[in-house]
Amino acid sequence: MAILQVDKLHFSYGEREVLRGIDFTINKNMVIGIIGANGSGKTTLLKNISGYLTSTYGNVFVLGKNIKDFTIKEKAKYIGYVPQDIVYDFEFSCYDVVMMGRIPYLKRFQSEKKEDRDIVRECMEITNTWQFKDKSIKELSGGERQRVYIARALAQKARILLMDEPVSHLDIKYQVEILSLVKDLSLKGILVIIVLHDINLASQFCDEIFIMKEGKIIASGSPGNVLTLNNIKSAFSIDVEVFENPITHTPYVIPSLNGKEQLKVV
Amino acid sequence: MGVKKGIYFGTAFSLLVFTMILSISAGAVKIPLQEILNVFLGGGSETSRTIILNLRFPRAIESAIVGMGLSVVGTFFQGLLRNPMADPYVLGVSSGAAFGATIAIILGLGIFGLSFMAFITSLMTVFFVYTISKTGTRVSMTTMLLAGIAISAFMSAIISLMMLLNHDEFSQIVFWTMGGFSLINWNHVAYSTPVILIGSFVMYVFSRDVNAILTGEEVAEHLGVNTELVKKIILITGSLVTATAVSVGGIIGFVGLIVPHISRLIVGPDNRILVPFSAISGAIFLTFADLLARIILKPMEIPIGIITAAFGGPFFLYLLIKSKQKSEGM
Repeated sequence: MAILQVDKLHFSYGEREVLRGIDFTINKNMVIGIIGANGSGKTTLLKNISGYLTSTYGNVFVLGKNIKDFTIKEKAKYIGYVPQDIVYDFEFSCYDVVMMGRIPYLKRFQSEKKEDRDIVRECMEITNTWQFKDKSIKELSGGERQRVYIARALAQKARILLMDEPVSHLDIKYQVEILSLVKDLSLKGILVIIVLHDINLASQFCDEIFIMKEGKIIASGSPGNVLTLNNIKSAFSIDVEVFENPITHTPYVIPSLNGKEQLKVV
Repeated sequence: MGVKKGIYFGTAFSLLVFTMILSISAGAVKIPLQEILNVFLGGGSETSRTIILNLRFPRAIESAIVGMGLSVVGTFFQGLLRNPMADPYVLGVSSGAAFGATIAIILGLGIFGLSFMAFITSLMTVFFVYTISKTGTRVSMTTMLLAGIAISAFMSAIISLMMLLNHDEFSQIVFWTMGGFSLINWNHVAYSTPVILIGSFVMYVFSRDVNAILTGEEVAEHLGVNTELVKKIILITGSLVTATAVSVGGIIGFVGLIVPHISRLIVGPDNRILVPFSAISGAIFLTFADLLARIILKPMEIPIGIITAAFGGPFFLYLLIKSKQKSEGM
């Protein structure tokens, strides 16, 4: 059974159609990167997959079941969501934040059991955040905070992890740290779908890349097959040069400044 | 719950009992502790019995209950709107109530007519604000805040106009809008206590969900919280509690704003602990404020809103400065 199947998905905000026929099926755990210009529908696609938004036409199936047939709590047991860095105004401890990942498993008057505490600890250890457990979430750096959010999604025991530009505000060290963690998680049996702005990070860390343009996926597959001159030009309307990353042997993309100054390639 | 929190709650509860006793004892006529005990055990002099059982005891209970209700609603509204400036009146409850009360005073409807009018008009105002902020099945919190401000300004204008045209009732209206418990009797206690207690409990049931909503509405939904449902229940219940509180005590400012903040500084942001702590602290704060309102310019009584703002404001500033120093020192 497919882990995730998206079938002829359309979505409109009022009159404006943002997703215009998305189709794909994913059968194994991996890291999928979604890239595309601003407004191409990346975030909207994530929100349709998570069931936060309801498609105007077409369906999303998670492990064979239509997302529309899940209750809000059930959805949270299958799909975890890591937002862009949010700064809190209220000082929850990191432990409390990760414990929120257990909400889908708790009844209204039930307090957390040992099992929940064990899971929270395990998830915080995997993400290397256990040392922050008593610290306020406000005190952490952006990269540390993202790891806490990932720990919370893990505490949901989610099968699919959706991440919306989780590294856009981070420096390069944290970007690499987060994406390496995500890669490890996919190897441990989680499907990760991640919206990225940095094409080269996507190329380096993702098993497959979807390029979106105007509400459609115009190319999908391994970075080597997808990150071509034409695809990138079509999606972002810029000219680029594509080289091979000497370490990962994946494509390495830099914008060319044609008409202004030729790039010197050493 | 840790030992530390047990101590906080124990202290707060003892302080509440102490404040209630003090409030019953002090006033224009001072009644010693022994006499209070006698009265509660069925004895005591006729005068003390009348003063305590008909005046001060219902009044102490009412101020505690109103303080509790306003603080609980303030705590939830601040969480739900993710706005530290939010208080129970943000959705226009206060201006709606003042509008109804003004009409009632001008028409000379008497004390219960006044409470009833204030209650009805405040709920109508909230319903109006709520309807405006609703798009499809979702409620926009930002629109709600702005609509609340707009309707409050509009209502205040109408009230001012009515006051100008009805000079004789001017001071009575002003006095009511600043809040107070001087006219409280057991009937008020009988109808407001169940509404405020049950309402507060209904909201408390959703504490964990509101914790999650504090971290973002969308995030909360992805954590399995039915955000829209929780928002609706809390907005409606909170407005009902506030309208009830206002209908008995007038528009008592500041309690629902600062008590949640002070409580948050003491016990942290987890609503499951914060809400009950806020409830007790609010009860203490308002009972004490009512006591001061009665004795500070004895035998004249001043509106309780003056006390809550005059003492609460500087105290709150002091806490802000202290917590700023704490975070700078880190």
